[in-house]
Amino acid sequence: MLRALCLALTLVLGLTLPARSQSGSEPLAAVVARHAEAIAKPSRQTIGPVIDALAASGDPMTAAFLQAWEAKHLGQRKSDGAFFLLTPDPAGFALTALDGTPAGTAAKADIAELKPNAGVRGLISTALVQFTLSDPDPATRTAALDSIAKDPTAESLAPLRAAIDGEPDPALKARKIRLERLLTLQFDPDHAARIAAIDGFGSDLGLDVRAALSPLVATRRLAATAAPAGANIARELRLGRDLTRTEAYDLLTAAGLAPERLSLEDQRAALAAHIVAGRTGGIPLAELADQDARDRAYSALEASGTVPPAATADEVAAALAAHRFYDVYSEPDAAVTAAAAAALDRIGLKVGAMQAADLGLDALSLASIYFLAAIGLAITFGVMGVINMAHGEFITLGAYTGYVVQLFVPDLTLSILIALPLAFAVTFAAGVAMERLVIRHLYKRPLETLLATFGISIAIQQVLKNIFGTQARPLTAPAWLDGALSVNDVVSISTIRVAIFGLAVLFLGFFIWLMRRTRLGLEVRAVTQNPAMAASMGINPDRINMLTFGIGSGIAGIAGVAIGLFAKVTSDLGSDYIVQSFMTVVVGGVGSIWGTLAGASMIGALQKVIEFLNPSNTLAAQTYMILFIILFIQVRPRGIIALRGRAAGD
Amino acid sequence: MPVSSVPKYPGGPGAAPPAASALARRGFLARNPSVLWFLGLLAALCLTITALSPALDLDMVSTSFIKTLGKTLCLCLAALAMDVVWGYAGILSLGHMAFFALGGYMIGQWLMYARTEEIVLAALASDPIPPTAAEIAQGVASQIFGVVGSSEMPLIWTFADSLPLQLALVVLVPGTLALVFGWLAFRSRVTGVYLSILTQAMTLALSLFLFQNDSGLRGNNGLSGLQNLPGLSATGQDAVSLAFFLVSAAALGLTYLLLAWAISGKFGSVLRAIRDDEARVRFLGYPVEGYKLFVFTGTAILCGLAGALYYPQAGIINPAELAPIASIYLAVWVAIGGRGRLYGAVIGAAVVSLLSSWFTGGRAPSLPLGFASLDWVDWWLVLLGLCFVAVTLFAPKGIGGLFDRWQGRRSPDRKGAPLGPDDGALQEREASE
Amino acid sequence: MKLTRRMLLASGAAALAAPRLAFAQGETIKIGILHSLSGTMAISETTLKDTMLMLIEAQNAKGGVLGKMLEPVVVDPASDWPLFAEKARELLTVQKVACMFGCWTSVSRKSVLPVIEELNGLLFYPVQYEGEESSKNVFYTGAAPNQQAIPAVDYYLNELGIEKFALLGTDYVYPRTTNNILEAYLKSKGIAAEDIFVNYTPFGHSDWSKIVADVVALGADGKKVGVISTVNGDANIGFYKELAAAGVTADKLPVIAFSVGEEELSGLDTSNLVGHLAAWNYFQSAETPANAEFIAAWKAFIKDDKRVTNDPMEAHYIGFNMWVQAVTAAGTTDVDPVIDAMVGQTFPNLTGGVAEMLANHHLTKPVLIGEIRADGQFDIISQTEPVPGDAWTDFLPDSAVLEADWKDLRCGMYNTQSKTCVQLTSNY
Repeated sequence: MLRALCLALTLVLGLTLPARSQSGSEPLAAVVARHAEAIAKPSRQTIGPVIDALAASGDPMTAAFLQAWEAKHLGQRKSDGAFFLLTPDPAGFALTALDGTPAGTAAKADIAELKPNAGVRGLISTALVQFTLSDPDPATRTAALDSIAKDPTAESLAPLRAAIDGEPDPALKARKIRLERLLTLQFDPDHAARIAAIDGFGSDLGLDVRAALSPLVATRRLAATAAPAGANIARELRLGRDLTRTEAYDLLTAAGLAPERLSLEDQRAALAAHIVAGRTGGIPLAELADQDARDRAYSALEASGTVPPAATADEVAAALAAHRFYDVYSEPDAAVTAAAAAALDRIGLKVGAMQAADLGLDALSLASIYFLAAIGLAITFGVMGVINMAHGEFITLGAYTGYVVQLFVPDLTLSILIALPLAFAVTFAAGVAMERLVIRHLYKRPLETLLATFGISIAIQQVLKNIFGTQARPLTAPAWLDGALSVNDVVSISTIRVAIFGLAVLFLGFFIWLMRRTRLGLEVRAVTQNPAMAASMGINPDRINMLTFGIGSGIAGIAGVAIGLFAKVTSDLGSDYIVQSFMTVVVGGVGSIWGTLAGASMIGALQKVIEFLNPSNTLAAQTYMILFIILFIQVRPRGIIALRGRAAGD
Repeated sequence: MPVSSVPKYPGGPGAAPPAASALARRGFLARNPSVLWFLGLLAALCLTITALSPALDLDMVSTSFIKTLGKTLCLCLAALAMDVVWGYAGILSLGHMAFFALGGYMIGQWLMYARTEEIVLAALASDPIPPTAAEIAQGVASQIFGVVGSSEMPLIWTFADSLPLQLALVVLVPGTLALVFGWLAFRSRVTGVYLSILTQAMTLALSLFLFQNDSGLRGNNGLSGLQNLPGLSATGQDAVSLAFFLVSAAALGLTYLLLAWAISGKFGSVLRAIRDDEARVRFLGYPVEGYKLFVFTGTAILCGLAGALYYPQAGIINPAELAPIASIYLAVWVAIGGRGRLYGAVIGAAVVSLLSSWFTGGRAPSLPLGFASLDWVDWWLVLLGLCFVAVTLFAPKGIGGLFDRWQGRRSPDRKGAPLGPDDGALQEREASE
Repeated sequence: MKLTRRMLLASGAAALAAPRLAFAQGETIKIGILHSLSGTMAISETTLKDTMLMLIEAQNAKGGVLGKMLEPVVVDPASDWPLFAEKARELLTVQKVACMFGCWTSVSRKSVLPVIEELNGLLFYPVQYEGEESSKNVFYTGAAPNQQAIPAVDYYLNELGIEKFALLGTDYVYPRTTNNILEAYLKSKGIAAEDIFVNYTPFGHSDWSKIVADVVALGADGKKVGVISTVNGDANIGFYKELAAAGVTADKLPVIAFSVGEEELSGLDTSNLVGHLAAWNYFQSAETPANAEFIAAWKAFIKDDKRVTNDPMEAHYIGFNMWVQAVTAAGTTDVDPVIDAMVGQTFPNLTGGVAEMLANHHLTKPVLIGEIRADGQFDIISQTEPVPGDAWTDFLPDSAVLEADWKDLRCGMYNTQSKTCVQLTSNY
């Protein structure tokens, strides 16, 4: 409705104002002075005429003025209220008067900067379109197209059509043509042209196309005794199937076609209003703590005519039977709506498929995050059988290492490249220290490792809090990891998640290489299967345990940097992942890296599917996911990939 | 605890060694002097606190301190249950606080409903037309759930208007959950750390579920105002908190007696045997799963009862109480106090929770270290964490181990063999022979 | 008997406390500070503790109140809601504080409420909240929904022309109630139910990719979409990072947040978030002499030039100064006279204009809407005249008939239809 109002306003003004500008241009300063107050405190609802007046002034400074205003570079001198274009300057601002001449400088305190809100800025940029669509600078032309795309209006159509032929840049030209078609299908008065434009898009699943098509098939509900003449009816609704009887009756009462039903509160109020000598409707008040008694009392009042009759069930049924219910298109042209509906059907199928693909990508990304968080555990818990509750804190340590590196290395790319190995080193050292000091004494008592490492976990967490404070710390990804990888308007995934996926794959490869192809891996496997035998073959189990634990912890540190890049860096970052990580390892099957991978994939996919089924409550998805895991472990206590034989140990 | 009561010879349940049968002839209390000591100290504490409480006009201890003590006793009760399930039966459950909180939720439903009903009735009393039952229920629902943006009474509140039914639920809900969960887990032979992780997942799932606003228990807000007992609005909190303290103490004392009796008999011996070598006990013909399920469910019910006593004193219960960390703390208390001895669990829970409360209360003076001052609020958790490590490494018997020393009973020279209730305990016994 | 015993005790306590009293130059007035210093909420609440210490220090430098020095009593409820009630009881009965400043989450306030109503304490609550409450013993110095949420939605409707709304929140009472109020309000403004998308996420949520994709997809029917975020705490960091990565710019799909201030933005790089919005009653970038002075004092007190100020800090600033004025006016720190003296107190806002304590224990506050700048601060693009805080919203049918007035009606929940006081204590 608002948009329609604005449209009407601009149309009317658009007809009157250019006439004046042709008759003779008025200096910009005069127009500005006339509207000084509105310009200083603009509101989107009232500024439209002012912007049109400015745009129509014909003064060569107009475009510069509007651009400065939009960019929040316009100011008002506090002493006399004069407007200037501002450029930041050591002294405060360098001023440019409205006739384009420099007007010296002013201190920051003497100037009130004008900060129009985004709605006003949108109107300004729409007004700027006529100046900038054929601007020599491609960036400005792009901005003009952005502005049209954001706020398509009927009057942009003509200038846009005029600007297509002169466009030298092929990419921009293609975009102009696409925009022209989008505007045509919405605003062109010629129906044939609109239908042609609609069909021209085929099954293009662009968000802009859907956004242009959907309003064409928007409907509203209507109740009438007969089919409304001349209306573009989408379909007739059948009671009980397309809408419930309650909804239908509400529609009737809203349209004033039937009397309101009596609500319990109204009944109570009516009874209370007609109390005579301790009775209402002939029934003693004390008995009215019962709905039946109240109904009887009300009927009695109704019969005596003291209260208006309320719609009874029979009357409701009669009213419903007497009316028919329709969905009616707002767009009057049936051919256009049919074409639009057909186009949307075509697109809908493709969008559905793409949404499934997008969900798959999200699940893959979540799985890779869980995998990365759990891979260290797969080593310490899965291979060595050590319950390390401080694993989460190693993740946190890694993230903070990334933060500290960024404090000293301002170059973001370089800092990440330093942070990854450094995080590994820091948590490797922490892991080795913990193994030497604590865990080594507890290999025979796995349940007590759990307690001891839990103690370490809360100690590390609190120490980090004392050092870094409780505020979240920024860990910023370099620019090349910003943004997203988009296939189309539906399927897209942020670059940082792709990078995390890559990192997860890398570590999967690293782990397999380490365990299968290196001397260390061989020794680790030997020590895991039979420490005494391994020792007798000349392997030092102490050293192997220490190194294995260190590597597992080190990978947790790297996971920390990765997680910190896409989420928050706080001291409880790791504890959010610890239970999930353990479950990933257990569900997948302890002792097998493929099991961990399978566990992470299952948890990630499951969570996304539940989220898809219940989009308004993410918490429910997590709950049901864990519940499923508990039940799953009952069925397969050894996880998805259960080791057999001696390697399974016990 | 008397190690000698474990059957020494694998000759089946009937063949007790001569020393044990001689002991058995003496009375239960005589065999377990610690029970008398414990009950005596508890009674002394009750008398002292009652005498000094503001309810009796001698304002020596504050109401808030009595509340803290009362809550601590409930935690001790939960710790007792934890000790039986972990210290005696060897099942490290990291989900027992979930049962504790469920008990609290069940009693909380009645407390909230009844209190709100009083308010609603009072508000509706001024109306000329008496309210219908539906209107009262609607009023209560919109009062309770208005806070979380709803006005429907969920199904799980069906029995909330009846105290006996909710009290039954205090036992039934944690009991049923433990029974089902335990049956599934023990049937699949999930043991050791896997069981720990599974119980942890259970409490996490439950807390996430309750965190949802739509769960019907007011989501993150939980149930609050539980300290205001319905029908007792005229009674001051000093009297109420003293009453709760005494009831908690009685519950703790009775449970202690019951558990000590159960543990000292054949039942306890089987539990310890399961802890030390589950397979061997199974081969001897005992239904190991049945024993484990019974202990798991029984202790869950105990925790539920403890929770039902705890939350009216705390005043509010919300899903954060079920977070996995709460159950880990419970295990830690028992570990610090000393597993496998009931008084150890009580000491651990009391000492650690009271110290925590004191150190985070901001009343502990800062420790000047010359270059900087050590703020306890900041460093208490670090200290506590390191304490766990130290206790696990150097004093596996916890604080309770000190009593052994005091009794002149030196721990056996373990010659490098590991200690503890896991596979180590068996070796400990062998080492002592 | 009773008297003598009490006197004995009192004199004993005085003897014990004597050295400390001499040190503090005479009797002090204790002020309780009930903010979490550990646990999940420490991230927000520690700052408020420091703010209170700064305000008390400044007041003591001016000579204290009623000729006595103020003594802060800091306790740590550790983000544990039952502990809030316990610590509040301790502050009131053991420490005997004159008033308390504290709480952040609604749960913590609801936990403390029964205790302070029972013991007749005094609490200043500094955070924007969901309303639907007015306690005799609490002064709400943060914004009620009509001082933050409703004006923000008006801004969306009128200034940005938003036609479709995505209400994203953390799953707890403030977002739930606020979103309920907003849904009712939007429907009253002619927005259809299917044009309101609601999603709740857990605390500390970090996996936002699907939700952001869902919100972007809302634009497919050609209506202009706006996001209203009541996402709390550090979950915002992942949320904004995902928004930036998905290329959701403010002019395509603006996000207005009610829980994101300068403090939260300091945890992330804002260059990709320029133009997204926040609605508060205070921004650090407000250009007034009082604000400049406050910021300078804060940076000096905390000895860190990078620390920022935020809205709840201003709330404590106003609340504390009003309490000082009320105590001075009443000539005592006793709770009842102070509560009476509080109503009608005025104190200048840091953003200009004057805040007044209303009879419903809420403040009049101007509503500011700011656009995020690249430096983590806000451009103030809209500032209203002071709006009186409304305890019971006008947009939910159950609450519309209720009113709070502690001056004339002496009731926090007064039904204007039946002309009765529904209850004197609060709902908790």
